[in-house]
Amino acid sequence: MPRRTAPRIPATKYPVERFTLANGLRVVLAPDRSAPVVGVAVVYDVGIRSEPAGRTGFAHLFEHLMFQGSENLEKLAHFRHVQGSGGTFNGSTHLDYTDYFETLPANALERALFLEADRMRGPRLTEENLRNQVDVVKEEIRVNVLNRPYGGFPWLKLPPVMFDTFPNAHDGYGSFVDLESATVADATEFFTRYYACGNAVLCVAGDLGAGVTDLIERHFGDVPARPAPARPEFAEPDLTAERRSSYTDPLAPLPAVAAAWRVPDPVTDFAGYLPYVVLAEVLTDGDASRLVERLVLTDRTVTSIGGYLGFMGEAYEVRDPTALVLQAHLPPGGDVDKVLRTIDEELERLATDGLADGELARTQARMATHLLGDADAVIGRALRLAVLEQQRGAPELFNDLPRLVGEVTAEQIGAAAATLRPQRRAAVEVVPGSAG
Amino acid sequence: MRTLPALGPTRKLKLPTEAERTLPNGLTVIAIRRPAVPLVEVRLRVPFARAPLGRATLLSQALLSGTAARSGVQLAAELQAVGGALSAGADPDRLMISGNGLVTGLDRILELLAEVVGGATYPAEEVTTERERLADRIQVARSQPAHLAREALLRRVYGTHPYAVQTPDVEAVRRVRPGQLRALHADRLHPAGATLVLVGDVRPAQALDAAERALGGWNGGGKQGDLPPTPPLRPSPLLLVDRPGSVQSSLRLALPAVPRTHPDHAALQLANLVFGGYFSSRWVENIREDKGYTYGPHSLVEHSVAGSALVAAAEVATEVTAPAMVETMYELGRLASLPPAAEELEQARRYALGTLQLGMSTQAGLAGLASTYAAVGLRLAFLAEHAARLTSATRDEVAAAAAAYLAPAKAVTVVLGDAERVAGSLAALGPVERTAAPAP
Repeated sequence: MPRRTAPRIPATKYPVERFTLANGLRVVLAPDRSAPVVGVAVVYDVGIRSEPAGRTGFAHLFEHLMFQGSENLEKLAHFRHVQGSGGTFNGSTHLDYTDYFETLPANALERALFLEADRMRGPRLTEENLRNQVDVVKEEIRVNVLNRPYGGFPWLKLPPVMFDTFPNAHDGYGSFVDLESATVADATEFFTRYYACGNAVLCVAGDLGAGVTDLIERHFGDVPARPAPARPEFAEPDLTAERRSSYTDPLAPLPAVAAAWRVPDPVTDFAGYLPYVVLAEVLTDGDASRLVERLVLTDRTVTSIGGYLGFMGEAYEVRDPTALVLQAHLPPGGDVDKVLRTIDEELERLATDGLADGELARTQARMATHLLGDADAVIGRALRLAVLEQQRGAPELFNDLPRLVGEVTAEQIGAAAATLRPQRRAAVEVVPGSAG
Repeated sequence: MRTLPALGPTRKLKLPTEAERTLPNGLTVIAIRRPAVPLVEVRLRVPFARAPLGRATLLSQALLSGTAARSGVQLAAELQAVGGALSAGADPDRLMISGNGLVTGLDRILELLAEVVGGATYPAEEVTTERERLADRIQVARSQPAHLAREALLRRVYGTHPYAVQTPDVEAVRRVRPGQLRALHADRLHPAGATLVLVGDVRPAQALDAAERALGGWNGGGKQGDLPPTPPLRPSPLLLVDRPGSVQSSLRLALPAVPRTHPDHAALQLANLVFGGYFSSRWVENIREDKGYTYGPHSLVEHSVAGSALVAAAEVATEVTAPAMVETMYELGRLASLPPAAEELEQARRYALGTLQLGMSTQAGLAGLASTYAAVGLRLAFLAEHAARLTSATRDEVAAAAAAYLAPAKAVTVVLGDAERVAGSLAALGPVERTAAPAP
């Protein structure tokens, strides 16, 4: 068969414009007329790591409260106005940020700006709404964690093994006790401190039309200026000895394991961090990846294995401290120790022998497809651009990502693999409690 | 007080450029242009009705495990080299092979796709691996409440129709031999009746030529299976499936529905939205935003080739199972007996029309729509016709659709939960039939 040369990695060329309003709100514009739709994202620089002790789950609970009415909007109005304009909406709470977003037909752009500006001025924080949303969040936790097998595995189960400090280690969904203890005063204080417009980024992407800058100024210009709070230090030292933990999941029929290793600072050392992002794909992307071929297809010691950066799988939207995470599901009676030993062996082999011919190029090509696919959805663009602005002041990195991924070298992958040693690893094992 | 800005003028639904060709072997190829990113989406849909469930499911999992020319790992590596990947899945209607890749790799992806559909070899070792993986996955699925509730509902709704059981038993999977997969493949993986959809940064005519070059030689013979129409819903007592210790109850209601081409369809879609089909619906505003019983209730008109059904689903706290059911019946009954408010209908209408635009705004969205529609003989142009019907549906028509399809008396209802804790209060609402959850 003729050898095929690696494809040139294409890039996107979305124009990206950024400016800051007088009140400190940072704005990113990414016009693109490929479809008559717009994406509006507002990202606040607060997440699970900023929750006060005794208030686990509060950042997420507060996210729910941002939908419960605001200065000029009754409860339910936000949902009705977005969907009644033909749009969709959501919000989500992450370790380092909380996002709110809408995708709409282009004729509803101004309406979305109005809605986001209104809650940036102030949500309606009432006792009734708070109690209602505590109940809703408890049902969310039941459906996603308590009433199903592998709930919260591994994103809620690994951090307490790897980290020692409350911000990094605690349960971001929250305990029912903490959620029930939340007060309106807590919410007001949280809003005042963290939901300052100086702590937010607005990104508008898609078919924007002329005059979008004026519209943004009109709706957000008079949001009262409040500066961003100082970001606390969340750093923790790397592990020097392996940490292992296990728990019995009463609903799980089969064993599972997840392991994580600390990685370089994604923001201050992006060049050092990026090889780990590529390494995760070399290890687990598809049947031709190292660990799938070995563990799933050859040894049959696992049923599936995945690898990614950040406990919530957001390689380009996370700050230090974070980790490369591998998670595997095992067949009945599977041996977790053996799986971890094989992973060590494969990492060692990668560090020592390097990559096979073409292995890196094909992984990078597939990563480019994923990045471009994410970019095709207007809201995918708006969210990533907003977080890149917030965490790095560099939204234009968006267009560069496929190229930068493509420039990672085999030497860098080998060096990254060499750092994933057992003594730097935190691992958590799921013991099946309902083996049939 | 600030006032909500008005919406700008509504833009007419603009369909993308597309082209279509039926190859001499019977394969229909539809190519759609969306040049926004330099990728291509691929969907090959092959009719698979009446394929035995265990074999069909395992076939889909082992399809990409090797050909005469290369192993499964080599296949994955060659696809990856052009930024590509393929995966396959089966349901009672079809086998679907989906993937995407860099548009510069379109020819290569199609060549490899042709190699697979023309000659997947189902090597014994790989089939064993996939068989055990599938068995494990089924066991895990059967530990998920949502999956168990779905299985119970399908059985209750479809009785002896092939749609009644869509997940094979582990034992059935373990009995499947590689030779049976090869036989099923030879019998059923044929271009006649199959549809290939290509969407991306490529001129449609060029994409059609590429498909014809790669897949024109795919064998044209083979059998087709046909499914009878789905049976009408039979009113029956609420089925309570016991899941001891469950901290939530999974409520599932099936109601009658009509296919996309039926004259009532647009009105039914709007009635469903008003009831529970989006966040700003009566059901969600009631049981979530007012009562806090649940996180993500939703109702959806589900279309399959042999029939359609409206399915409403909510996971509610165990202690409010019966009250949540009361509110559900109330909201269905209210909509079936009183017309929606004018503004409520307009809001649902704008949502339905707007989300049509959003659904067409990505390559993946277009590929999914085009492939789904093609399965029932429709093309993207149907979106424009449907938009016109959504626009013109009157309040009376929506009320009539609600009365005909959303009446709670017509519902087939399943509750999966801790029977000891919920049976008594559910029995206060009507007859209850109890059953144990299947062993995993």
